[in-house]
Amino acid sequence: MEKILVGLKRVVDYNVRVRVRSDGNGIETDGVKMSINPFDEIALEEALRIKERGEASEVIVVSIGPSEAQQQLRTGLAMGADRAILIESAEPVDPLSGARVFLELVNREQPGLVLLGKQAIDNDNNQAGQMLAAIWGCPQATFASKIDIQGSTATVTREVDIGLETIEIELPAVITTDLRLNEPRYVKLPDIMKAKKKPLDITPIADLGVEMASAYTNVAFDPPEQRTKGVMVQDVAGLVDALKDKGLI
Amino acid sequence: MSTSPQKPATSNKQALNPLDLYDVRSELSDEERMVQDTVARFVDDKVLPVIRDAFEKHYFPKDLIAQVAELGLLGSSIEGYDCAGMNAICYGLICQELERGDSGLRSFVSVQSSLVMYPIHAYGSEEQKTRWLPAMAKGEAIGCFGLTEPHGGSDPSNMKTRAKRDGSDWVLNGAKMWITNGSVADASIVWATTDDGVRGFIIEKGTPGFTAQEIENKFSLRASVTAALFLDNVRVPDENVLPGVIGLKGPLSCLTQARYGIAWGVIGAAQACLSEVLNYADDRILFDRPLSHNQAVQIRVADMARRITTAQVLALQLGRLKDAGKLSPTQVSVAKWNNCRAALDIARDARDLLGGAGISAEYVPIRHMLNLESVITYEGTETIHQLVVGKELTGVNAF
Repeated sequence: MEKILVGLKRVVDYNVRVRVRSDGNGIETDGVKMSINPFDEIALEEALRIKERGEASEVIVVSIGPSEAQQQLRTGLAMGADRAILIESAEPVDPLSGARVFLELVNREQPGLVLLGKQAIDNDNNQAGQMLAAIWGCPQATFASKIDIQGSTATVTREVDIGLETIEIELPAVITTDLRLNEPRYVKLPDIMKAKKKPLDITPIADLGVEMASAYTNVAFDPPEQRTKGVMVQDVAGLVDALKDKGLI
Repeated sequence: MSTSPQKPATSNKQALNPLDLYDVRSELSDEERMVQDTVARFVDDKVLPVIRDAFEKHYFPKDLIAQVAELGLLGSSIEGYDCAGMNAICYGLICQELERGDSGLRSFVSVQSSLVMYPIHAYGSEEQKTRWLPAMAKGEAIGCFGLTEPHGGSDPSNMKTRAKRDGSDWVLNGAKMWITNGSVADASIVWATTDDGVRGFIIEKGTPGFTAQEIENKFSLRASVTAALFLDNVRVPDENVLPGVIGLKGPLSCLTQARYGIAWGVIGAAQACLSEVLNYADDRILFDRPLSHNQAVQIRVADMARRITTAQVLALQLGRLKDAGKLSPTQVSVAKWNNCRAALDIARDARDLLGGAGISAEYVPIRHMLNLESVITYEGTETIHQLVVGKELTGVNAF
């Protein structure tokens, strides 16, 4: 295949303890370390390996997000992607709108494969990949833990509740990646310098002419409840009493 | 049941990063951040899991050499010769993240980059550069730097190692002491007095009369190799002399590079210690409340954070000066002095705050503390740096 399109979402780094904003309208991102969504990083790693095996000729990384998402795209370029596209949006984009943006890019670029993380660790929606496959009218393989490309088909091992399921799909298709698919490479310093010279196109989301869905509105963000201090009980009877007191049994 | 004040889950202000109170990271360029992130991830994944064992058993984890080379961390500031060509801030961040792992590993990279590859690049012949720099960047050739001698390190002008011309060759006699990488080096940059002044020689492993003896039983930098070098009528051809420099300014300029990296590096060690203390002081319940709820503890962690912040701002400005080509060795001395002192004091106090746990290798402070005893001593002791600054202020050399 010629091209692989990979989605890279800018999210709060997985090591950061997230905090709800004081206005309750989301989480704090000012001065917080931001990174590539880890599942997307796995998607990019897989795309690069497919390309390195000679089964694709170009890897394009795409992000929908604020201007600062260029940082994540540059990291993607430093990992080895050939070029980057930022669809700039100051506001968060819901999964359906994101899928529509990707469809527009699919129509422009005609990739043989779209590789996305199974979900982003910020909102955990796990929807964009499935929605893209549906509106594109192409097959999907989600939660991939192994991908084999043979010409115009892909054999994908999926992590499902009862174990591993292996399916074969026709390309072009959407594949979403799970944690155990691969271990992403480290960015090497010389490649950081090379990435500066690779093309990164920025298009305002409004210029795409894509209809933005507003299927839902965020009503509130609440942090998880603080864990309260435990109590020590003397014996089993004490435990049962304590649970009864709290109305748990 | 005692009630302990809970941390508010929301507040009007964004919580500051305790390890970066002034958000110095926001001052970094995208490239610089990428460098920090990739080295940080490498340290978390590959260094921290192995370094404690290496320190306890007193060996250098050689498997890491190929990995740091692969990342492009060796000679990262050099343009060309298969090196990354990154700026001084990037080199500083590399040192900081590596030393968050261990000063021994950072020392390995400092020596290879600043004390071996730097002088070959700055003062070497084209043949020397093409022969050594790409191999050293790949970690296939290891280097060491021989300046300090057994009778003392702070007074390099009293150098007893001598090189004498003999036809087209040079013959070297003398000894060098406390040489990081000394017994594993493929090429040693040995500084020796000649009739013209101090000159640098590249001495290859296996050259007759040249031996290295590893220094064992160190209580510091145990995950790094330190050796004594002995030169007994070591004969090298004229091609092995670094042609570009004569005089002490040669080795001293190398030290300026390495000291610059150390000023950044020790921030990482201090951060590792503060991070450990903050976790411990939150978890450890004493007199029915977490340790962190005591004024005495808060004052001490606040002081650690203050000193880390000062060190970070100092290092950043030092890096900007270096990248602008305006760096003065005195400025490097201020930062090496301030930051090493801060890191060592933080590590010692962190060890103390951990109580009995502080003496266990399961917690990082004692390892960093022991390492930093070397770091504050090598590359110019604290006193030497104070006297460099004193000389700058008074115009009088009081060494």
